[in-house]
Formats: sequence, C-alpha cells, structure tokens
Amino acid sequence: MLNINNLHAGIDGKEILKGLTLHVGVGEIHAIMGPNGSGKSTLANVLAGRPKYVATSGTVLYQGKDLLALPAEERAREGVFLAMQYPVEIPGVNNIYFLKAALNSIRKHQGQEELDAMEFLQLAREKMKLVEMDETFMNRSVNEGFSGGEKKRNEIFQMAVLDPKLAILDETDSGLDIDALRIVAEGVNALRSEQHSVLVITHYQRLLRYLVPDFVHVLADGRIVKSGGKELAEELEQKGYEWIESEVAVAQ
Amino acid sequence: MSSVLDRDIRLASVEPQHIDGEPERVRRIRVQAADRFKALGWPTTKREEWKYTSLTPLTSIDWKIDQSQPAGSDPAPLFGEMPVAELVFVNGALSTNKSTLANEHPGIRVLPLREAMESESFGQHFAKYAGYEQHALTALNTALWQDGAYIEIAPGTAIEGFVHLFYVGGGTAEHPLMSHPRNLIVVGRGSQITVVESFFGKGMYFTNTVTEIVAGESAVVDHYKFENESLDAFHIGTVQIHQERSSNVTSRTIATGGALVRNEINVALTGQGASLSMEGLFVLSGRQHVDNHTLIDHIAPHCDSLELFKGILDGNARGIFDGRIIVEPNAVKTNSRQTNRNLLLSESAVIDSKPTLEIHNDDVKCNHGSTIGQLDEEALFYLRARGIGEKEARNLLVFAFASEIVERMKIGVVRESVSRALYSRLPALVAEQRGEG
Repeated sequence: MLNINNLHAGIDGKEILKGLTLHVGVGEIHAIMGPNGSGKSTLANVLAGRPKYVATSGTVLYQGKDLLALPAEERAREGVFLAMQYPVEIPGVNNIYFLKAALNSIRKHQGQEELDAMEFLQLAREKMKLVEMDETFMNRSVNEGFSGGEKKRNEIFQMAVLDPKLAILDETDSGLDIDALRIVAEGVNALRSEQHSVLVITHYQRLLRYLVPDFVHVLADGRIVKSGGKELAEELEQKGYEWIESEVAVAQ
Repeated sequence: MSSVLDRDIRLASVEPQHIDGEPERVRRIRVQAADRFKALGWPTTKREEWKYTSLTPLTSIDWKIDQSQPAGSDPAPLFGEMPVAELVFVNGALSTNKSTLANEHPGIRVLPLREAMESESFGQHFAKYAGYEQHALTALNTALWQDGAYIEIAPGTAIEGFVHLFYVGGGTAEHPLMSHPRNLIVVGRGSQITVVESFFGKGMYFTNTVTEIVAGESAVVDHYKFENESLDAFHIGTVQIHQERSSNVTSRTIATGGALVRNEINVALTGQGASLSMEGLFVLSGRQHVDNHTLIDHIAPHCDSLELFKGILDGNARGIFDGRIIVEPNAVKTNSRQTNRNLLLSESAVIDSKPTLEIHNDDVKCNHGSTIGQLDEEALFYLRARGIGEKEARNLLVFAFASEIVERMKIGVVRESVSRALYSRLPALVAEQRGEG
C-alpha cells in the first residue's frame, strides 16, 4: 500500500524528516508515536501534499505510484485521506454540499457513478449514526463554531463517507474526552478491512486501547527509531519517551 | 410605444428636458438643477468624495438620450416568479407591453413617474431628499429625467412579494446612449414593501439613476439594487433614503457589472428608534472600476445602523469602499457598526477602503473596520485534501465569501438570480487569475 524510503522532508528550508523509512501493507493499522517535534505531523502533511512541506530526497510509493508527484486533490482521489490535527473552519461552505462534491470527485476519478442528492443523503445519514453526529451539523458551514471534539468527529465522519484506502489520522485523539475517543476508534475500526490501511499518528497511548494497531513505530528526530507490536505502545506509556531517546543516544 | 425625443441631447450643453404637462414645480426644479450642474461641472478627483474615481472616460463621450425602442429590445423576464408589479425601462423609456402595474392590490400604487406628477405625495416628496445643490450627477438626473417609477404604499398596508424595476440599457460606441431614470418610493406609516431594482444591458451606454425612498413611521422597507450592467457600460446610481420614527430599512446593493460604476447610498435617520441594515457586495474582474460611496447620517436618538460591504476583486479591477457615518449632536444612544471586507484574487487588483466615523456626542456605541485579504490557504488545502480540484475549491471559497450577503437576501428568486450571476462570473475569475483565460 505505502512504501516510504529514506524520506527527507521539511518546511521553510528546515529539515524535519531525516531519512524516514516505513512500509504499510494492505489492511494493516500502524501507529506512529513520538514526542513533540519528532516530525509526526510533518510526515502526515507531506503524505497529504500540504503546500510548503517539501520532500528533498527519498521516495514515497503509494499503490506503486509516486505519491509525491501528485497534487493534494489527486492523492485524495486515489484514496488517501488525512484526518487533520486542526480542522479549519470554512464559513459559507455548507458541510453537506462540500462532502458531496468531495465524494463525487473521488468517485468520478475512480470510474464510479456519481451519487445524486438522495443517494448521498442516505449514505451521509448512515455514517452520521456511526460517529453519533447530530444531523443539524450537516447544514452548517464546514467546522464553523464546532467544538474541538466536534471537529475531530467531523473528520472521522468525512473519512467514513469518503471510504479511503489509506487513512492518516494526525493526532485525532488529542484533546478528546473518553466518549469522543471511543467514537473515533469505532470509526476507524469500521474502516478496518482487508482493503484499508490506517496510519494513526499520536502522542498518547490512550487511543490505542480502543484501536489495536498491528504495528507501533516510535519516531524521534525525524526517523523511526523503534518498531514493534502493540505492546510497544504500552511500554512507552509506562516508561515515557525519554527511555527511547536515551536508548537512541546510546546507540549513536 | 413611449414618446420619441426628436432632439439630440448632448451633455456638452445641459438643458432641462421638460415633459409635456409637467407641473410648474417640476419645471422650476429642472431649471434649477440644470443651472446647478452647469455651476458645479463634472466632479473631478480633486474633490474628496471623488478622489478615487475619475469620470474622464465618461465625460469624453458625446452621450445622447434616445427613447425610441429598437425592435427586439424587449428583455426576457429576469425572475421565474412574477413580482407584484414590474416596470421595465429600455434606455430610460417605459416598455408598456412588458410592464405590469398590478394596482388591483389595495393600498399600493405603482405608476410611471411621469404619470404621477399631479399626486399629492409626489408634490410633497419629489426632489426633497436627493440634493441636487451639491451633487452634480443628481443635478444632471433631476434636469434630464424622462421617466422612472413611482411607488406609493398607503398607511397600514403590508405588500407580500416585491415590486421589480427593471432597467435595460443598450448602445454602441458610434451611438452612445444615456438615460436618467428617476424613482420615488413613498411608504406610509406601518406599511411594508420590498422593491428590487435591476440593471442589465448590452454594449456601451450610460445610466445615471436616482431613487428617493421615504420610509414613514414604523414602515418596513427592503430595497435591493442589482447592478449587472454590460461590461462596457457606465453606471452612476444614487439611492437616497429618508427614515422616520421606528422605521426599519434594509438596503442591499449587489454590483457585478459595468466598466465604470459609482453606487452611492445615502441614508438619513431622522426619527427616533429607526434602524437600518445596509449591505453591499461587489464582484469585479478585468478592468472594472466600482466605487461604493455610502453616507449614514444619525440625526435622531436611539437609532441603529449596521453596515457591511464585501468586495471580491480579480484581474486589474479596482474597487472602492468609501463609507461615512455621522452621528449628530442630538443622536444619543446611537448604535452603529460599519465593516468592509475585501478579497483580492490577483496581485494587480486594487482596493481602497475608507471607513469613516464622525461622532458628535459621547453617548454612543460605534465601531468600524476594514480588512483586505487573499483566499485562506488553509481552507484551500482542506478542500483539496478531500479531493476537490483547486479551481473548484477556489470558486467554492470565493462564493462562500460572498454568500454571507447573498444568503441574507429574503426574496428567493432575487437571491437565485444574484447567485447565478455570481456563479457565472466565477470560472472567469479563476481562469483570469491563473493565466488560463
């Protein structure tokens, strides 16, 4: 699904990812953990194609294609989804209109028939139940006046509707209460299947109690410094990131 | 068919253009107005209120009034839903076969202005508010008007739906035509009416319009102006609103057309407890020049005014917001807010924003401000990251910026018509900006 090899990337001329290598197979859930400033969000933004984030060397192959060569919208149409850390408010753009336009541009690109208003509404209602979102949210402007938790829930709702092949969750769990956390995890678990892969970027281990990853990686100073199974997350929770950092320092 | 003037009227020599059978008072006003225009001359950029707009491209043309209506010039209806009454003017002359007066509604009178000159209310209000002493273009209109609309709503009458005044212009560089539509809207005590003025056209022409609105005590008046003139046209329009005690006026100005446009909206809040909501939206591209000039005069105590103008500018367009709010010494407990927000889509578009507050007493709540910005890159990325193409995403955001004003337009058919006009402009806007046009 996703093969990242020796990726160097940064913003404003400052290198943040310093040779990151990661392989995500089809149907796998990977968690990327790491302290603040380790490059977690840079990785998410580089993969989604946010302007100003520049890859200087290395390769990213997504389903065999050079992901970095595609503009952001093409990546989305190919099935990459980024649940943003800070979803932006867009006054004047209606949620339901926006999401229908997004879904149909993806479906069109993938050679599927576009959904009409009724079909879309039916799908949206079904997915709204999944994330326990009130229907009134749909007729409001995108994220406008939403609380932090509502914004994150809206990200998961969009993910559920757009049905991506590769979902990247950039600290979606930050600042969520336990109920919202459960809803986010359920949204991701519903996506879990043999065709979907998920990259969960997080600072804390909390989310991983509800969402059991196949692999856990620790990112420090722009590189994956340790990989393991789900038990690695628990170990991090107990020992903190200093443990990894000192271990890396010793190795160097 | 309306009367055909057999004279050429050229601006080089402005003479009052009398209408057959006009009352002595109208006659006298015309003569005075023509004299004032001659004395004032065309406004130049040396005058503070005209400093951003040069009329040289307009004054160098030898405009003529020609009220003959060429065959096939009857416009198609603008709205799917029929208004309560509709007056259609082609180059300033009433198109009788396209107009509906609908005077079967009790309490409402809609007439061509030239047929209303004998009415009591006309005598009481005409040319009383739109000052031709200091405003050259108003003086020009007052001296030269040939027709327009007269709307009178009797006290205690609420009219559902809206009255539509539809002006269609046309002309060529070889045959440049001007018109000076003149309207008077008098809304009685406790009455309610919505009036929509639309300006469309083809080719090169000059529209110089003046509308006087009197909102009586507790009257509710909604006035929409939809300026969608040809991109080669010149348009100067003054809306002069007089508000009495506890009246409630909503003014919406949408400007999408015209080569050189000046929208002037002046409101006098003369009675206690009157409230005004004034909004405007201008969407410009190419070399369009649109100057929005507003004046809100708080004369009486306890009045509210809320003003919001939004501009979207692309290409080499130039937009101006020059808004002034005056709070007079007696106007205590005034509540006033003035905002101008602008979106620049190209590096060569220019906006001049000049919000001004002039407060002459201490017991008021007033604020004003203006912003100039580009499309929000974060929002753009958010939309693209969901699969929406860059072009569409830009259009969506531009339209979203405009929608705050469009969505508040109460009349559905008008809102849709304005939306369509905006949407039809958007692909061009983006193409121009990205150098693909």
